Amino acid sequence: MSTPGASSESLARFAVSRARRRRDRLAHGTILAGTVIALIPLMLIVYYLLIKGLGSWSASFFTTDPTGNTFFKNSNIGGIKSALLGTLEMVALASAMSIPLGIGVAVWLVEYGRTSWFAHTVRFAVDMLTGVPSIVFGLFVYIVLVVGTGSSFAGYKGSVALALLMLPVVIRSGEVILLLVPEGLRESALALGAPRWRVIFSVVLPTALPGMVTGVLLAVARAAGETAPLLFTAASTLKTNTDLGQFMNSLPVQIYNDVTSPTTSLVERAWGAALALVTIILLLNVFARLIARRSRLA
Amino acid sequence: MEAAPIPGGGRSTLERPPLARLPDRALKYGLTAIAALILALIAYFFIRLVGEARPAFGKFGALGFAFNNDWNIPAERFGALPLVVGTLLTSVLALLIGVPVAVATAIYATELCPARLRAPLTLLVELLAAVPSVVYGLWGLFFLAPKLLPAEQWLADRLSFVPFIGGGLVTIPNYFVAGLVLAIMILPIVSAISREVMATVPADHKEAALGLGATRWEMIRMAVLPYCRSGIVGGAMLGLGRAIGETIAVAILIGGTPRLGSHLFGPGESLAGSIANEFGEAQGLHRSALFAAGLVLFVLTLLVNGVARALVLRAARGRTAQAGTVDAGMRLADTAAGV
Repeated sequence: MSTPGASSESLARFAVSRARRRRDRLAHGTILAGTVIALIPLMLIVYYLLIKGLGSWSASFFTTDPTGNTFFKNSNIGGIKSALLGTLEMVALASAMSIPLGIGVAVWLVEYGRTSWFAHTVRFAVDMLTGVPSIVFGLFVYIVLVVGTGSSFAGYKGSVALALLMLPVVIRSGEVILLLVPEGLRESALALGAPRWRVIFSVVLPTALPGMVTGVLLAVARAAGETAPLLFTAASTLKTNTDLGQFMNSLPVQIYNDVTSPTTSLVERAWGAALALVTIILLLNVFARLIARRSRLA
Repeated sequence: MEAAPIPGGGRSTLERPPLARLPDRALKYGLTAIAALILALIAYFFIRLVGEARPAFGKFGALGFAFNNDWNIPAERFGALPLVVGTLLTSVLALLIGVPVAVATAIYATELCPARLRAPLTLLVELLAAVPSVVYGLWGLFFLAPKLLPAEQWLADRLSFVPFIGGGLVTIPNYFVAGLVLAIMILPIVSAISREVMATVPADHKEAALGLGATRWEMIRMAVLPYCRSGIVGGAMLGLGRAIGETIAVAILIGGTPRLGSHLFGPGESLAGSIANEFGEAQGLHRSALFAAGLVLFVLTLLVNGVARALVLRAARGRTAQAGTVDAGMRLADTAAGV
């Protein structure tokens, strides 16, 4: 920006003064320092997860249920089998509920509702849902499905809570992607005589698919890591259980229970489970980003 | 779509037979019904929560519940002030620590960073959002808090003359650690929104500042930051909403003692934390009080998020010609940051 003084004496008076240059460099340094500070926690978390988590991983860690034997120091505390299966099962059911609903709402917002007052109201409601704390979803499902039906905790109730949590994410990401589908594509199809529903199913949705998959995967990743909505809906149990009508264990809830217990060996198990959980979520995120890169829209 | 009827009766050859129009109608009304379901769901949600919270509100009054400093489970007295203070204190702490760092990251990524580093840097910051809250709790309790303990004790001893900060005995779970971990957790969202808003600053403005002889920093201070102010404030508010609602990490790190803490490095409790910690054993009035705490939390996050969205949208709209795409891009960014 500044002209070197040596090249022309007459231009020297335009050069940036030393004080301004110092301030510029100071600001530069501060901003860089802030950026570095922002990256430190991630490094520390990943580092400690790997050190502690890999230490407690073993072949039997994934194939045994956690046990309640924690009294003696060397007793067998078991692994994460029931938690892993429970998480997979509940998240799968939650996805099966929230993805079709969410994409349906997104399609309605973009293709039918557009800028009507009703569409604006729905958009506002979805934004509101996005901000609702996850534990409040847990309370709601508890009121409706546990108190309301008079039955106890169950895996499918946990899935409903997770589905509520995923719904706004699926709708919003879906809407963003559908808006990016060029209007010309829709108009060409309509001009060829295709009815609206065929335009949606044969033109709009296939074009938007890769982008939608990205949003959906991010929603799934978010649901997989949630503890709060499961505490009073699916509760926890030690045994492997594939029946969604019974109490169901999950990775986040098992980690939470182990963290809040005063036993050191359980904390070791929590590190192992945490590493497994973070690995699953990171894989989902990586897939989501790879697919996003292949999308022609975003 | 519809052609004019042909005089002399009969249907236009361009018109679809009634049966072929059926799927179209079905899809349209079906999707409208699903959209209406979302509204009904939120209304039902609210009504049921109010219904369950009513016994506690009835006994202590809405204001009495929110502002009495007395959370005594055996005596069945529930005044949630210690929880409200815990929630607000940790969230404000998270903003004070998190927002400057997040804005610095956003400035670095949009204005100063070599183009090749931009994508990896953004990705690394966004990965913070992928770490589940319970893992933050685990890491905070067994790594961060013990490591910070000597530093916190040193600070508390040096600042013993400052009320609320110094003097007391520092415990491993405390307000400060909870706030610090919350700061890390809100970093990705605040940074993502700031970055998106900064990307909307017209290149003309920046080039004009540089052309007038401004240094890089002067250009950022005079052209970029004023343009983005309401967007950054909106992003910070979204972070605040996130921090207020965050449950598990805070429940683990704040200490789980529902009394007004005497100092920053002592244990306390938050609204969301109390629900996670106490709900399992709660009965009767206690349970109702926890539903009431949930309702207070719900209303608080709705208010904060409403203001935040209004600010962020105002920052993006009406300024650039392609406000629509900016809005879309921003919503995508904040989805990616795990809203």
